[in-house]
Formats: sequence, structure tokens, C-alpha cells
Amino acid sequence: MPEVRLVNVSKKFGKIMAVDNVSLQIHDKEYFSILGPSGCGKTTLLRLIAGLIQPDDGEIYIGDRLVNNVPPEDRDIGFVFQTFALFPHMNAWENVTYGPRVKGFDMQKAERIGHEVLEMVKLHERLDAFPNELSGGMMQRIAVARALAAGAKLLLLDEPLGHLDAKVRNELRYEIRRMAKDLELTAIHVTHDQSEAMAISDRIAVMKKGKVLQVGTPQELYMNPQSIFVANFIGGANFLEGYIMETRDKNAVIELRGGLRVQALKKGIDRGERVVLAVKPETFIIERDRGKKKSENSVSGVIERVAFEGTNIRYEVRLENQDLVVVVTPSLACEWFNIGEKVILSFQPESAHLFVYPETGLREEMAVE
Amino acid sequence: MPRKLVEKFDALSAKLFIKNGVYLTAVVLFFALILLPPILGIIIKWSAMQEILGNGELVARALNAVKNSFTIAILVSVFDVVAGIPMAWLIARGKSKWLNVLDTLADVPFIVPTAVLGYSLLLFWSGNEGLSAFFGGSLVSQGWLLVALLHFTFSYPVVVRVIVGALLDYKIEYEQASRTLGAPPLITARTVTFGIIKPSLIAAFVLAFARSISETGATMMVAGTFENGPVFIQNMKNAFSADPSLVRVYEGSTIFASLILIVVSCLIFAFVRILGTRFKLPIRRAWPTFEKKLSYSSAAGARNGIALLVFFVIVLIPSLFVALPAFEALFTDVLPKALSGAAMWSEYWQSLSLSYLLGAAATFLNILIGLPMAIIVARRKFGTLSSMLNVLVDIPIIVPSVALGASLKFFWKETLTFIPDIWLLVFAHLAITYPYFVRAMSAAIERISLELEEASRTLGAKPLCVFRTIVFPLTKYSLFSGAIMVFTRSVSETGATLAVTSLKTAPVVLVDWVKGNVAGVTGLDIGLGCGFLILISFIILLALRLIVKGKGKY
Repeated sequence: MPEVRLVNVSKKFGKIMAVDNVSLQIHDKEYFSILGPSGCGKTTLLRLIAGLIQPDDGEIYIGDRLVNNVPPEDRDIGFVFQTFALFPHMNAWENVTYGPRVKGFDMQKAERIGHEVLEMVKLHERLDAFPNELSGGMMQRIAVARALAAGAKLLLLDEPLGHLDAKVRNELRYEIRRMAKDLELTAIHVTHDQSEAMAISDRIAVMKKGKVLQVGTPQELYMNPQSIFVANFIGGANFLEGYIMETRDKNAVIELRGGLRVQALKKGIDRGERVVLAVKPETFIIERDRGKKKSENSVSGVIERVAFEGTNIRYEVRLENQDLVVVVTPSLACEWFNIGEKVILSFQPESAHLFVYPETGLREEMAVE
Repeated sequence: MPRKLVEKFDALSAKLFIKNGVYLTAVVLFFALILLPPILGIIIKWSAMQEILGNGELVARALNAVKNSFTIAILVSVFDVVAGIPMAWLIARGKSKWLNVLDTLADVPFIVPTAVLGYSLLLFWSGNEGLSAFFGGSLVSQGWLLVALLHFTFSYPVVVRVIVGALLDYKIEYEQASRTLGAPPLITARTVTFGIIKPSLIAAFVLAFARSISETGATMMVAGTFENGPVFIQNMKNAFSADPSLVRVYEGSTIFASLILIVVSCLIFAFVRILGTRFKLPIRRAWPTFEKKLSYSSAAGARNGIALLVFFVIVLIPSLFVALPAFEALFTDVLPKALSGAAMWSEYWQSLSLSYLLGAAATFLNILIGLPMAIIVARRKFGTLSSMLNVLVDIPIIVPSVALGASLKFFWKETLTFIPDIWLLVFAHLAITYPYFVRAMSAAIERISLELEEASRTLGAKPLCVFRTIVFPLTKYSLFSGAIMVFTRSVSETGATLAVTSLKTAPVVLVDWVKGNVAGVTGLDIGLGCGFLILISFIILLALRLIVKGKGKY
């Protein structure tokens, strides 16, 4: 069964290290996403697995088989391209039955598979249509159907929803996952959209500049990011710079710019260290400043901008030390505030994440380009 | 140009009657100079056909010649595409750095004017110093096989260029998708790649076919007693045109042969177009085990080996073989004789300057009237008329150039008797090269997103300013390549030149020399004459390439 294993895989294009010493293990029947900004090497990694390009170093296993020198047609995979790559001179039916035909299946078997997969993607009535007569969503379904019809147990998806409208994208992402799970496939899904990856994946690998930074379930990545980049890329966060003034049991007291003091879990970082504190916008508790004494882990500020986003309200709050932070609250369950209002923001020490200040600088560390 | 003047022209271009006036002039000139004269020429001389229809022997000879033309053209075009595909594949998909060299070498026969090519092949295949030397006699003597080899040689680079372009242009993802679906490379090429680039394969076939039907000068050198359409027309001219009592026989047989060539060519092209859209490559079945064996290692190596062998032995070496006598002549008294313009050399130098003058005139006129036409076709300026023009501009390609030249002459000499021969030549060369220029330019303009032009308009640019600042900079590379194509085609052209006038261009003089029509010409003279033609063409092309180097590639 197709467990996929990458051992120290590297790939260089000219001087650019597209994939840098990556090791990964993707379990059988797992829905696994590779997430990262454009140019991080995620598509290269997928194409290496597919055999469309060869690694410079390292080993790639599909099941127990070392596939480094196996051509793509012998890897037993299904690949869905970002642009779908439906053959323009063949209709939907010919596209879908292409895999079984070129593998030499007898006609009856090829046709049976064709009907099955078209049934699965609910496009039976359009089997005569050519790709240019289909909508984006339909093309995407045919592309998935074509990949499934080849009978592969490993499905590779390269930004399969990238070319679709937001609404179709949201519907189809769950549909693809359902199909992969129903057919007990191992799926590797490449995307730059963190909400898409979070919604459908069993596990996610976050990549940056050719390296895998963290692998984990969506919850793990969200609740426990192990780097500033992951904290920023998964859900976004406010990053406040400061120094650790003292440590108490599990917590560290951090002095932010302008002398503001807050607490967070110290995570083994020592006193005196320059740090970055990441606080997710939705972990702030926001209250009107009524001039009362502030609780221990809180700072005051003034609402500078308000945006109503439907489900949530997004506030930009200027803190006393002039740092600007973003706070998000559910629009139906919380009190609303207006521009210019004085507020107090507080958070639980364990809900914030503390990182040593990066050597390359904070901006560089968070950069997605 | 002073800024004020440019602005004035820009402002003028915004006026509807000026803008449409330019386009309409281009359309009118197209009809008046290129499309209608040959048709009217045939109609004017229609009655002369009586002369040949009553002569059973001549009719049979004409029909046989026309049949030979089509047999060779079809044979050569099929071989061209079959042999061109593996070579194009090697150039477009191969990974070796030597392929760059091969890519450049594949263009070499382009710079050799076809008349020179004809002589070069004659030397290589049937001369005593060529390949035949190893076989103790002429390996391929003058006749249909040598004509076929010649046509293959000069059309092969065109075919390879078209297919390489198609392979480089199309999305590699289709091939990758096919591979991930389980198809080995051969099945992928057969079912996906060729299916998608089918229009380019057809275009390559059509170009090779049209070139083969048209070629006259070089064919005459290697044909011997063998006659195809153009050679027949030329033979008729030589036999009958000088005698006023027999000139009607020449005119009748020319009209007769030209008409059949034109009609059958049109039918074949229509047939290829219709068949091309209907015909599907066999993609329903696959033989994975067998085709996989053919996809890898030894089979692929053998395929590349054969492609390279065909290229070097049948195309490249025979094309350049004339360099040997040319080189040899450098160390004899032929060189000073040539340079001093003694004996037949003075005619040679005159013809050479006439050739390049004609090439320059044809290029200039093409840019002048072809550019607005390219815009009309590419941007559908006149709706249905544009679609019609799109088909009509191709017609001169499929009309054999000798037929085109003859009918042009009949028209102009009957209507404007005072017209000097040099103008006839310019019109003939313009008509023959026009489709190549318009096609190259309209394709380039189509590739520019209309949004870029619209963006420029919304930012305040007048139509001429849009052309100057957006369209021209983005298409100038194609404009130069189109101009180079026109120039080389014009310098090579023999058939129409022979048909319209007795003025001699360089290829015509070389044909005369090779055919033994000029006394005292030795092999070294011909070799050196060919050498000069190649050298000057090469220098001009190199200069043009250096001018456009790296420009227009965005």
C-alpha cells in the first residue's frame, strides 16, 4: 500500500535550491498537504514524487519500492495539475478513459472504469464535451476523475483548486477529500492556501525556501507553531518584540517596547534573551477601558480601525507603546467597539507563543516571498 | 523624427477616415497587385489554350509533367514530416548542450539559395567528386530521384523549424499528465503530443508541398530530361516564345499547365484542411509493452541516430558540397577573373546586384502593404472580410511560382504594355513573398494580448502611438524575421523570374551556367559563383541577426 517516504531529498535548479534535504513520511491512506508560499518548493517536491523531475540527492520510496529511477508511468500514481492539463483534442470521456487505455486494459474494463469515475464526479451527462466546453469546476472534476481512473492508490494534487472561484473551491475541496477517503487513497495535496490545507488535511507539512519547517495535524500547527514563520502562515499573529526580564516557574515576564510587561510560557528561553511574542488575533480578550485597575496580562490601547467581515469583526488597536495589533472577535457573540474608543486587551500566557528573536530579523523570518 | 511631427501623425491616426484609409489601401493593393493580376492574366490568355488542346502530344506531355509535380511534392512532403519529427523532437526535447549547434546547423540550408543548392546536390550525388566517386559512377543521375532529393533538402529545414516551434510552444504539462496516467513516451507522443500539434504538422506538410510545387531553378539543374510542371513551362518558353508564330503555343501550354497546377493545388489544400480537422490520429488503442520497448534506450538511440544520419547525409553535406569547388577556385586564376568581371562574370555581378536590389524592394514593399494587412487579419478589423482575407493571403503560397509569374506577365503586358520589366519582377517577387510576411506578422500580433493595446488606449495613446510604443516593440523580432524570410525567398526565386522577364537574377545566371547555355564556363566558375552568393547572403543575414539579437524577446 502506498506509504510515501522521502529521505534527504534535494533538488537544485541552477543556483536555486528548490528542495533542500527534505525527509518526510506520508502514511498509507493519509490525506497529506504540503503548504507554503509560492516558490517554497512544494510543487517541485510533488513533481519529484511523481517522477516528472529527478532528485539530485536522496531517496524516494513509494510503498517499499525505491522509485528514483522509475519513470512516471510506472509509479502507479494519479496526478491532478493546477491547470488541469485536460487533453484539448479529446472529449471528457476520452480524457477519463485515457489511463486505462494506455495501460492496455481491455475495452470493456476501460469503459466500466470510465463510467464509475464519471459517476463519482457526477459528470456523466457531459461525457461528450471537450475541455473548452466545460466550466472550471467541471474541468477540475474531470481532471480528478481521469487521475482516479488510472486505478492508482496514490493521488498527487498540485494546487488543484487554484484556478477556481472561491465558492466552487470551497465545495470541491471537501469533495476531493471525501473521494480520496472513500477510495482509501493516499493523497498528497499541494497548496498555498492555509485555510484549504487546514480544512481537509490529516497532516500538513509547512515549507519555506525548500525546507520543511514543521509537520503536524492542523490543530498542532495552529496551537503549537514551532517557528515564527509557521505562526504567521497558519492563521496569522501579532508579533511583539521584547526582552525576558524574569522567569517564574513555567512563565517568562517579557518587557515590550515602551516598558509594557506581559507574560507567556517561557519554553526554555533564558532571562535577558531578546524575544518575539506571537499572539493570534482571536486569542485577545477585548474590553472597554473603564479606568479600573488592569489585570496582570493586559495592555491598553485605542481602536484605530474597524472592519466588519461578516462572521468576525477585525479591530486594529494602537497600544500605549505605539505598537499596532490586530484583534478579531466573533461578531455575534461579543460586544462591538467604535473607532477612538479606549480598550484593554488581555490574553492567557499559555495562548501566546514565545520565540527567540531571529538572527536574520523578524521581517525576513516572516517573509513569504 | 521631431517630436511635434510624431505627435501630429499620432493625432491624424485617431481620425477614422485616415485609419480606415490606411487599412483599405492595404486591402486594395493586395487585390490589385497580388491576388487579381494572376487570375486575370489567365483569363486574358484563355483563348490561347486552343493551341494546345488540339495537340494531343503536348497535352499528354503537360499532364505528365503536372502529375510528376504532384507525385514528387506529396512524396517529399510526407518524407519531410516523417523525417522531420524525430529531428525536431531531438532538438526540442533533447538535453545535450550540442543540440544548440545542431539547431543552428538545421538552418544552414536556409541561407543557401535554392539554385546553389541544386548545383551543390548535382555535384554531391552525381558529380565525379561527390559521393559518386566512391561508387565508380554517378550514384544518382539527373532525373526524378535527384529532383525528389533536392526538394527534400530545401524543404526539410522549414518542416523541422515549424515542428520545433510547435513542440516548444505547447504546454509540456499535457505530456506530463499522460506520463502520470501510465503512458510511456511513445504512446504519449502518439496520442497526446501529435494530436495537439496536428495543426503545425499540417502546416509543415503544406509548406513543404508548396515549396516543392513552386521550385523551378534548382529543379531545372537536376532534372535532366525529367519534366515537372515548372520545368515543362520553362521548356515551352525556351522552345516557342522566341518565334512569334509559335508564341501562342507557349502561352497556351503555360496557361494549361498553370491552371491545372493551381486548381489541383487548391483542391489538395482544401482537402488537407478538411481532412486535417476531421482526421483523428489513432488514439483509441495502445500496446504498452511493445511501445514501451520502443520508447527507451536502444530504440530511442536508433531513432536519434537515423534522424541525424538523414540530416547530415541527405541535407547538410549535400547542401554545402558546393563549398569544395568554390574553395578550390580561390587558388586558381578563376578568382582574379571573377573579381575583374571578365567574360561571363560581368553578367554575374550585374545579376547579383539585381537580385539583392529586388530582395530589398520586395522586403520594403512587404513591410509597407503587408503590415496593415497583418493587423487587419490578426485583429479582425473588418469582421467577415478579415476572415476572408485571412484565407486569401495564403493563396500565393499554394500557387506554383512559375504559374504565378507567367500569369502576372500576361496580365501586366496586356494591360500596361509600357510597364518596364523590372517592375514586373518586383510585383512577382512581392506576390510570392507576401504571404510569408503577413503570416509571420499576424501571428506575432495575435500573440500580443489585446488588453495591452487597450491599456495603452485608456492611458491616452492614439492608434499610431499604440503601434509605435506597444505593438512594434513587442513584434519587432518577428518583423525582422519576416523581413529576412522575404529577402532570402526573393533572392532564391527563379521560376517566376524566368517566367516574367528576360532580366537575369543571380540564380537565373547560375542555372544558365549549369545548363551549359553559356560558353567557357567551368565547374570552378560555377562553384565560385555559388560561393559568392552564399557568402553575401550569409553576411547580410548575419548582419540582420546581429541587429535584432536579443531584441523583442519578452
